[in-house]
Amino acid sequence: MSVSQRALPIGRITAARPARRAWFGGMRGADYVWAIAFAVPYVALFLAFVIYPICYGLWLGSDPQLYSQLFEDPRYLTAVLNTVIYVGVGVNLKMFLAFMLSGFFMRKRWWVKALLVVFILPWATPALPAYISIHWLMNGQWGMFNNILWLLFGIDGPVYLNSHWMGLACNIGAYVWKNLPFWTIILLAGRMSIPQELYEAAAVDGATGMRKFAHVTYPLMANLYLVCILLDTVFALGDFNATYFVSGGGPAMSTEVLATLGIKYAYTLALPRLGVAEVMTALPVLIPLVYILMRKLRVSEGQL
Amino acid sequence: MSVTYDRTIQAKPPVAVGAGPAQAVRRPKRRPHYRLRRYGIEALAIAGGLLIAVWSLLPIYNMVIISLDSHDDVFSGAVWPANPSLGAFRVVVTEDFWYLARFWHQFGNSFYVGLTVMFLTLAIGSLASFTIGRMRIRHGWMLSNAALMTYVIPASFLAIPMYSIMQYYGLSNSLWSVILALTTFATPYAIFIFSQYGKSIPMELDESARIDGANPWQIYFWIYLPLMAPALVAVGTYALLLAWNEYLYNFLLLSTPDSMTVAVALAQFLNSDESPWNFMMATAIIYAMPPIILYYGFRRYMAAGLTMGGVKG
Repeated sequence: MSVSQRALPIGRITAARPARRAWFGGMRGADYVWAIAFAVPYVALFLAFVIYPICYGLWLGSDPQLYSQLFEDPRYLTAVLNTVIYVGVGVNLKMFLAFMLSGFFMRKRWWVKALLVVFILPWATPALPAYISIHWLMNGQWGMFNNILWLLFGIDGPVYLNSHWMGLACNIGAYVWKNLPFWTIILLAGRMSIPQELYEAAAVDGATGMRKFAHVTYPLMANLYLVCILLDTVFALGDFNATYFVSGGGPAMSTEVLATLGIKYAYTLALPRLGVAEVMTALPVLIPLVYILMRKLRVSEGQL
Repeated sequence: MSVTYDRTIQAKPPVAVGAGPAQAVRRPKRRPHYRLRRYGIEALAIAGGLLIAVWSLLPIYNMVIISLDSHDDVFSGAVWPANPSLGAFRVVVTEDFWYLARFWHQFGNSFYVGLTVMFLTLAIGSLASFTIGRMRIRHGWMLSNAALMTYVIPASFLAIPMYSIMQYYGLSNSLWSVILALTTFATPYAIFIFSQYGKSIPMELDESARIDGANPWQIYFWIYLPLMAPALVAVGTYALLLAWNEYLYNFLLLSTPDSMTVAVALAQFLNSDESPWNFMMATAIIYAMPPIILYYGFRRYMAAGLTMGGVKG
């Protein structure tokens, strides 16, 4: 999703309940009408704004010639490589940092709690101003980052956004910066829901640091961590804002990812069918991911 | 990762009942070792904390500093501006620049879109969750699967067909196109959270109301909704922020200054290389204020919303 404000529906950690009865005595006559009437708004929304666009997109991208045109375009191949790096590095780095930081924020000090309030600021800030600010921060000539490097160390920093790899690194950094607090809080909530008794029992048995982690924290957090990784992979795959505003896809469209290149094809180069075809090439990765996630999220409804 | 607060328990000297002189001698020997280690860890933690604070605040600080820059065209990027002034904010508030000529109107558009998306998401989501979870409509699982699927499809991948479809529906350049698209993407989360939260409301309430002759609408409106209030607040905040922060759909679907939202107006500054960046950053800060205020104001509810559908039992 290209939205910055996200939330995560993962089932609560509760024991699975037995299936509840339907309404007392079952539904009769007029109740069916009501039940269907209540479902109609969502069904209409889903058909009109999810199913119809998907079918229309499939139709738009159904010409095989588009794909041969696409695979001959070096910009597309660069974008695929960038997307793999962006998603692979961005998601794993962020989740690892979030996991470490969630451990840090478990510390019970007043200044840690105060820090958490500051730490959440990137998440509360809308994506657009944040990324525009990072774009100017990393500007090679006037950016504050290079000015700080100069003041502190006397180093003349490079022009970050003029290079493919550094530009991509800036995009990934910006994405991590924006979304790190959200995932830290999710993992923090996961850590806090581990009963303290388990740690106490482990301590009684003589476990310290690493062993507590390996035998208590890790087994209980592994599933949550996996779900977060999968979900964030989908989010990162569809992330438009970081690349569009931090590097702008430049220099010379070398830092584009699939989400931005599709829009560029469709609206800058006026090739909407090519744009749709480009997005469709992500489907072989996206469909299994969506399938696994749907299963994971549904299963975790009862227990996690 | 070690759980450090347990160490403090270990570090406490054992309560010595009838401690002899031998233990009294040994204790001061061991203490400095523990204390040194604890101070070391604490110092490391404080250094890490400082790093986190700098990392989190640097882009925000950069934004504020650029907006305080008093030059109109020369962008210095100094760590502290030579003549800080609030001039840029005055320009934005009085709409004294041609990109900002309709700023307050666009601000109103953003609010209109946000509040409408919030209202529609709450209405459609709660109705759907009521039939799925309470009335247990047949094939209700198909509805929840549809919602789940919408939730995990990246919105940016649907943008191009969505744009054509909005033309087809006759909604081009209308705020309603954005409202409907964003409602579509916000509702699945609402259905999910409402279904989760609804499980904590006892079914017996519905049953007794039915015995008293209430129809489903009355049960929904007078029993279900009031009891769902915390979930409604959490999801409402989520929907409002989602709509306020969205850029791509606003940019594609809205094109004239009168129909734009602030996000699109803000990104317009990037069209030209000679834009006054201090005006842009002042606009960005004003645009970022409502979500930040809302976020910190409703932090408790947001956290509740996260943990509700989130991970804490």
